[in-house]
Amino acid sequence: MRLKRMIPLLAILALAVGLIAGCGKSGGSAGGLKVIKIATQSPLSGGSATLGEAIKNGAQLALDDQQKAFNKKGYKLVLSPYDDMGDPKKGVSNAQAISADNAVLAVVGHLNSGVAIPSSQVYQKNNLSMVSPAATATAVTDRELSTVNRVCARDDFQGPAGANYAIKTLGVKKIFIIQDKTPYGSGLAAAFRDEAKKLGATILGYEGITVGEKDFSGVVSKAAAAKPDLIYFGGVYAEGALIVKQARAQGLTIPVMGGDGMDSSTSVQIAGSGIKGVYYSTVVGDVTKTEKGRKFAAAYKAKFKKNVEGYSAYGYDSAAVLLEGISKAIDKNGGKLPTRQAVATAVRGIQDYDGIATKVAFDGKGDNKFAKIYIYKFDKAVYPATEQTEITKK
Amino acid sequence: MIKNAFHKFADSTKAQIIFFAAYVLITAFGLFLLSDSVIAFLVLLLSILILYYLKLNVRIKWALGLLIIAVLVPFAASQGSSYQSFMDVGTLVLIYVAMALGLNIVVGFAGLLDLGFIAFFAVGAYTYGIFGSTQANKFMPFGHFPVPGDAFWLFIPIGAIIAAVFGILLGIPVLRVRGDYLAIVTLGFGEIIRIVFNNMDHPINITNGSMGIPSIEPPSFFGIPIGQPSQFYYIALVIFMLAIYVATRLEHSKLGRAWKAVRDNEIAAQASGIPLVKTKLAAFAIGASFSGMMGSVFAAKQMYIDASSFTYLESTIVLVMVILGGMGSIPGVILGAAVVIILNNQVLTSLSTWLTQLSASGVVSVPDALSPAKMQRFIFGILLVVFALYRTKGLIPYKNKKVDAAHLKAEAAVKTSQYEEHPEAEGTH
Amino acid sequence: MSQIIQLLPQVLVDGLTLGFVYAVVAIGYTMVYGILELINFAHGDIFMTGSFVGAGVLFTVMSMGFMSSAPTMVLFMIMILVAALITGVMGVGIERVAYRPLRKRNAPKLIALITSIGISFILEDAVRFIADWTTGNYIITTRPLFQHKFTIDFHSVFPFFNNATFQGSFLVVSIVTIIMLISLDLFVSKTKWGIAMRAVAQDRETASLMSINVNRVISVTFFIGSALGGATGVLFLIQYGTVDPYIGFILGIKAFTAAVLGGIGNIRGAMFGGILLGLLEMFAAANLSTITHGAMGSEYKDVFAFIILILVLIFKPEGLFGKATIEKV
Repeated sequence: MRLKRMIPLLAILALAVGLIAGCGKSGGSAGGLKVIKIATQSPLSGGSATLGEAIKNGAQLALDDQQKAFNKKGYKLVLSPYDDMGDPKKGVSNAQAISADNAVLAVVGHLNSGVAIPSSQVYQKNNLSMVSPAATATAVTDRELSTVNRVCARDDFQGPAGANYAIKTLGVKKIFIIQDKTPYGSGLAAAFRDEAKKLGATILGYEGITVGEKDFSGVVSKAAAAKPDLIYFGGVYAEGALIVKQARAQGLTIPVMGGDGMDSSTSVQIAGSGIKGVYYSTVVGDVTKTEKGRKFAAAYKAKFKKNVEGYSAYGYDSAAVLLEGISKAIDKNGGKLPTRQAVATAVRGIQDYDGIATKVAFDGKGDNKFAKIYIYKFDKAVYPATEQTEITKK
Repeated sequence: MIKNAFHKFADSTKAQIIFFAAYVLITAFGLFLLSDSVIAFLVLLLSILILYYLKLNVRIKWALGLLIIAVLVPFAASQGSSYQSFMDVGTLVLIYVAMALGLNIVVGFAGLLDLGFIAFFAVGAYTYGIFGSTQANKFMPFGHFPVPGDAFWLFIPIGAIIAAVFGILLGIPVLRVRGDYLAIVTLGFGEIIRIVFNNMDHPINITNGSMGIPSIEPPSFFGIPIGQPSQFYYIALVIFMLAIYVATRLEHSKLGRAWKAVRDNEIAAQASGIPLVKTKLAAFAIGASFSGMMGSVFAAKQMYIDASSFTYLESTIVLVMVILGGMGSIPGVILGAAVVIILNNQVLTSLSTWLTQLSASGVVSVPDALSPAKMQRFIFGILLVVFALYRTKGLIPYKNKKVDAAHLKAEAAVKTSQYEEHPEAEGTH
Repeated sequence: MSQIIQLLPQVLVDGLTLGFVYAVVAIGYTMVYGILELINFAHGDIFMTGSFVGAGVLFTVMSMGFMSSAPTMVLFMIMILVAALITGVMGVGIERVAYRPLRKRNAPKLIALITSIGISFILEDAVRFIADWTTGNYIITTRPLFQHKFTIDFHSVFPFFNNATFQGSFLVVSIVTIIMLISLDLFVSKTKWGIAMRAVAQDRETASLMSINVNRVISVTFFIGSALGGATGVLFLIQYGTVDPYIGFILGIKAFTAAVLGGIGNIRGAMFGGILLGLLEMFAAANLSTITHGAMGSEYKDVFAFIILILVLIFKPEGLFGKATIEKV
């Protein structure tokens, strides 16, 4: 009797088990070519899936571009995307699974610093090289792990760069800061605030919002009442663009400034004509300016039927840097499959990669020496915005 | 015919033992050989469930079960490169099982619906997180932090105690509200804890706010640093055994019976002399302490914590484990937690990876919007509905202790006859 | 202090907008709870689906040449009606698939929590897949429909107030919400169906003895609750212009809180609780840092709202409008 009641359960289990039957094996060869896997870890579901998917797609494109070169060497590249759901726990468990797959030589990963930090502990233990396209928190590389790298700028570079531009070039004196209480947004906003204070600006308010909500009028009316010259927003476009829109609706026409989280076509879609007068800082140069960038955007559109986002270029560059490292490691190893350790060393050693979004050269901590900051401004309600200036690291 | 044979088999202890031993050996050997196969791992774990249904002496079952999860599984899995990955899932399962057992005391035994249970986990995690990293230096006027890894062991009971204190704090407003009002108060409590932890970087920096606490010291065991999931597995296993022991012991204790009485009819319970306040607070405190202990382990394992691990969704997931398994039923809750964690962290991940490889190699083509890599949550949702519809009382429903009516009657008859023969003896009992 | 007073008119306007949305969604929770004693976690996602259906209707109508010049009001009516109809039917469907079988099998009440959470995951991702597939982005933004800006000149009448600005959509949201609330109230208190509904909520078994078809009443309840939720989704879209598949989650928690604040099971309580919660939240977001001199900013607004809720429940455990039930032994 008992067993009879267990039948549905057993049936489901059997089904689940049957379905995974194929995936126990990894590595091996395909058509005489040895398989090299690059894993991506980014949120593919949940609130920030647009960004996570952009990263995955960018990496996919990089693999497609390099496929031929690797085929010649006798290897086949395969992308293995994982969904970290923006959840540190899930990120760590995926990291374990990725580390267990011997064919994986490197990871493009993590949108959120909060997921990147614990997951990178696992990569470090397994000598697996990680390049993050988007995790900007200082703690990501300040732990000085030998496998952890990033192509994007640190919060304590991007935030002050924005503050410098706002105060010295735009000449604002009173600033109201809003941040989204995520490691990314708070880190950026705090770095901006500290630099702005140093430069003599008055901070009229420093308020937090909740990610996922849509009504920020409470904070916006507070900002409006304080009569600032500029609103700075630390966070991502989904909330940032709404804040811009709601500020415009309350009659605030002052400039608003944000970080690279605002660098998305969706910003314009959400805020509409209100986006005029919004500045943002980013490490991605204007993709449409260079021949390479235009080609990339066209290929991206053709493959995924989506417009390229700032993060897709980062994703592409992260994967491309890793592939360059792997290719160097293969050459060094006489054409044989290199160890993960060798790949990690080769990736850290990269000094002259010239990518779509940025040049890459890693310093001792894994930060990108070349990370330049560009300041953009929306003059019209069209994405991408117009480049104003570029700031190089001191 | 087959049915008869089956019944015969089900009744014969010897046949069962042979069958079970064969099953365990074959699957363990299977995992040993196919070391990276998720299925082999799951099939071996299934032996625990089979063990539960065997008609054996309870003590033997416990000993066998412990042998399988403490020795056989880690050993059989240790051959492959997936070893740490399997053990990581194992550790998570144990962490969540202990939490679900804690929540089971609150919801299943005492009938107090709690939608903010993850708060206690957060309290435990932050307790070790703050003192196990340099964070504590930022607000403590004395002492030197991080505490050495050997002190981690102290933080397990400390986490339990602090979480229990929070449990009692939550309990105080709760004593006035009932039913679903209670649910919303606990939800509010959970959210308040999370938001406060996420913002306590000013005026005094206690939790480092939304930046989280990085570089938490790994524990060490007599000088040996513990960093791999296969080591955390054993820490979690010990706490898990403790949680099971406490939960099963409590279930049939005076306190346990008082909880169930309060759950079934509060007024009747009160009328029969059960102190409501004490009973309910005890449920909150004990339930919370389980999560507090595992919180410390979680912080040490992750080496980084921030408030995003303790959202309202997490609370509901723990509640799902309890209800899915069967409220009030200890084996059910264990199974429920294991199913949810294994599904989410192992089965669905490998399923989607496999499907992605299939579509990448061109066997099936799916549009990008429907790519299987994004489908985990969706499939999980469908499975939840299916489970709930087919097992309406939970995977292993709660059963009241069976009372043999005939036996009781006979006993009563003996007593009565004794009483009739020697009425004076009654007083001497 | 003067700063708080200055902001009051704007806070009031914004708080009311948010409060109206909470109120109607809270009604969906409260109606289902009143009748089944079930927390329908999927309700927030029905609301979300409504907003996407509304956006879908708007896109389709705009792409049909002859309709694109239709007056905004007509467009809006079509959106809200289609969304209400579709989500209403969906609500009934969900009840059939996920809740009724459980009721038939006499399952414990809480198990329905699992199906509702499951349904909520399914809805979120299904909507995301569809939106992603058709538009390439699951964050949907529509063109603003009622963009006219109004300014109430509080300042010239009461010099200690600042002016309040709002958009035409605020008026639309308020008027439609008030119409919905009043007609629902009339429906429940005056019509035969409404009476049947209240009877079932009070005592399902006795009601069935009075020749009330309980299952049908439950279906009607789900239809109305979900249709209202879906219609509110459209209002939300009109007001904020942007929706994503995850808006239902946070809003659902808030609306449920509002329902409890007003006394769960009580429709008028839910309306009042929703509006109160919206106002509280907006007030906290705008003023917390002024009140605490910067120690706590607007990020504590939910803490503030929840503390008020807990205080209310401690002193009035059955919510603001709930009737104290006397437990019989």
